[in-house]
Amino acid sequence: MKKLNYFIMTIIGFTALLSSCNNQGKGASSGALASSAAEKVYVAPGEHDEFYAFISGGFSGQLSVYGLPSGRLFKVIPVFSQDAEKAWGYNEETKPMLNTSHGFVPWDDAHHPDISQTNGELDGRYVFINGNNTPRIAKVDLSVFETTEIIEIPNSAGNHSSAFVTENTEYVVAGTRFSVPVPQRDMPINEYKGNFKGALSFLSVNPDDGRMNIEFQLLMPGFDYDLSHPGRGNSHGWFFFTTYNTEEANSLLEVNASQNDKDFIAAVNWKKIEEYVKGGGGTKMPANYAHNVYDDNTHTATSTMKKEVLVVNPVDVPGAIFYLPTPKSPHGCDVDPTGEYIVGAGKLSADLTVHSFTKMLNAIENKKFDGEAYGIPILKFEDVLAGTVSSGGLGPLHTEFDAAGNAYTTFFISSEVVKWKVGSWEVVDRQPCFYSVGHLMVPGGNSRKPFGKYLVAMNKITKDRYLPTGPEVTQSAQLYDITGEKMELLLDFPTIGEPHYAAGIAADIIKERSRKIFNLTDNKHKYATTSDADVKVERNGKEVHVYMTTIRSHFNPDNIEGIKVGDKVYFHVTNLEQDYDVPHGVSIIGANTSELLIMPGQTETFVWEPKQVGVWPFYCTDFCSALHQEMQGYVRVSPENSNIGLSWSLGE
Amino acid sequence: MKMNNYHLLILFSVLLLGCGEKETKKEGFSVERQKSATEQKVDVPETNTVKASERIELSNKGVGPIQSVVLNAEIDQAMAAEGKAVYDQMCLACHRVGKKFIGPPPNNILQRRSPEWVMNMILNPDAMVKEDPLAKDLLQEFNGSPMANQSLTEVQARAVLEYFRTL
Repeated sequence: MKKLNYFIMTIIGFTALLSSCNNQGKGASSGALASSAAEKVYVAPGEHDEFYAFISGGFSGQLSVYGLPSGRLFKVIPVFSQDAEKAWGYNEETKPMLNTSHGFVPWDDAHHPDISQTNGELDGRYVFINGNNTPRIAKVDLSVFETTEIIEIPNSAGNHSSAFVTENTEYVVAGTRFSVPVPQRDMPINEYKGNFKGALSFLSVNPDDGRMNIEFQLLMPGFDYDLSHPGRGNSHGWFFFTTYNTEEANSLLEVNASQNDKDFIAAVNWKKIEEYVKGGGGTKMPANYAHNVYDDNTHTATSTMKKEVLVVNPVDVPGAIFYLPTPKSPHGCDVDPTGEYIVGAGKLSADLTVHSFTKMLNAIENKKFDGEAYGIPILKFEDVLAGTVSSGGLGPLHTEFDAAGNAYTTFFISSEVVKWKVGSWEVVDRQPCFYSVGHLMVPGGNSRKPFGKYLVAMNKITKDRYLPTGPEVTQSAQLYDITGEKMELLLDFPTIGEPHYAAGIAADIIKERSRKIFNLTDNKHKYATTSDADVKVERNGKEVHVYMTTIRSHFNPDNIEGIKVGDKVYFHVTNLEQDYDVPHGVSIIGANTSELLIMPGQTETFVWEPKQVGVWPFYCTDFCSALHQEMQGYVRVSPENSNIGLSWSLGE
Repeated sequence: MKMNNYHLLILFSVLLLGCGEKETKKEGFSVERQKSATEQKVDVPETNTVKASERIELSNKGVGPIQSVVLNAEIDQAMAAEGKAVYDQMCLACHRVGKKFIGPPPNNILQRRSPEWVMNMILNPDAMVKEDPLAKDLLQEFNGSPMANQSLTEVQARAVLEYFRTL
């Protein structure tokens, strides 16, 4: 027997050797490069990555957390979509987070994460991200990596030019992609032109607790507002939005919105509008939108319907808003780290258009106007243009920057990243993407201080790049080393949903602040049981509340009797653990909802409506200790007319 | 081949044991009865060694941050009250006064353990069950159920100790 085993091992060994020889033979030209690329992305077991990358989940509605350079996925933070794994939108505590003026909306299309800034540098407190479909802005608190606030945006539709922050996180901006009637009303679609409005919303962020509030909405002409970025340095106080469909077409936009040779970048002096609003300007307009806040002490979210929003008509604030003509339905609207250059990526063009902030101010001062659109002055193209980047690529989409004066632009149609020099507009390198790249991200690349070092390109198509998984295949991210003159492709890794955009930051800024547990003594949940002495079961008509605790490795109580068919049973479960990485899960047979996944010190609630008489088990769903398999209990369910009283116990 | 014989032997023993169990089950379906029968069997060999929970080790300080604790002759009642509050929140789920529960009862603990050992067990349970022979045996005796680290501060652990003195 042993001899046979040895023989088989030898054969396997030989085969392995042979096949590895073959591989080397095939990739002879890239062999040396490939091995150095592997070293660059290798993060040894137990070691930490240098950067966090927060990559949007697109139509998954969530935000994923990856490490760079390894491309390892650490967490998917539920934001706009229900997530049964974490009970997000399933447990009683987080259901209010997905409330809107349209009722409970369990999904959205999450697009553009942006990290909060202080003095133009990433500070790592929050990530903001927009829900595109039912317009919302969410805030993820990076001390807990959880969504703690979601605010619905009224008068908006297709919340796409969002959620970008000003350089001291004074505002998060939410611009509408689709213009709509404001206020919404029953009217013929083909009367769009001149009647629909595009709302650009400015949400303040409270410096102390991060609480968001819609301070004002600019009701702009009915174009599509595609992407945006704030000014920085000298241009701090301004915000720039790309527009398309300045034709104001309401059908077959594929053709009809591509008629004008130039659309606009809207330059908005938000400081001026802020002054106007603080001085009593603007109109309070009836509205209806949800403001949902999760509290880490009550472990519970509340949803409040707001009934009013302050709107500003741009013509009422002269000198605050201007249009910069920009060719060919521009998509990306990116400002370089100095704040001087505003890059418009005309997606139907081959070239990038770069505007100069200084020239823009001169043109405004000297009234170099080329007409107006609905009362908003259009600046003369030649008088604001700083330069054109002619790369020979097709379909430029989005640009970010490193700390050494270089810019990196994705080209969707020609499927490549192009590196060029800010100021001389000279193209210095280009590398292919596999395939059809959308946005890209350089850690800190949309701030005053890019970290540089890596570039992540986010691809829409992967076709043959991975093992096939049926008709639906993953989208991907590609990691490039940008420390040299030439970019070097290091790694491909799959992403969740569709990676529209990402935000990257040095891990050191965040990891020390990451919380390990919730303190039991701070638990202010309405149904918390922070001491085992307070465990109980209470009946209120057909409603039964179970005040339950968990600790390795039992539930208290674990035997409950007196529940009846037709009852609505609330299990309020408090995890009494106070040690890092000891969550407990729980569910019961037939529950029409997800499990709970309860962090140490936290209370969560699920509802069970037993429909069948019997004795039904519940158990811990997250492996917690050597006695995890023993962590179980029973609920006795009696007929509706039974007179068995409530009783509960543990170990009796 | 030798190995194979050995395995067969074990297999046979398991099968035999299994048969034996089935026979006792036939005596009755009550789970309780069967349990008490096994407990009696276990009691016989255990007279040889003292259970970890009953051992008296007053000079063992355990492993952890606490090197020395001075206990005043008089119990500090205010501190003990604070300790009870912490105990009720952080410890009660597994430790009940006067009753073996998930873990041992805390009453009269200082007749068996040093104050340092008690505090180290509260503050440093992960290392204790690995490095302290007594804590290791306790883990065995208590069914492998780990002593949870409830992240108490030293001040809180000291207060809990004072509360134990009142029991």
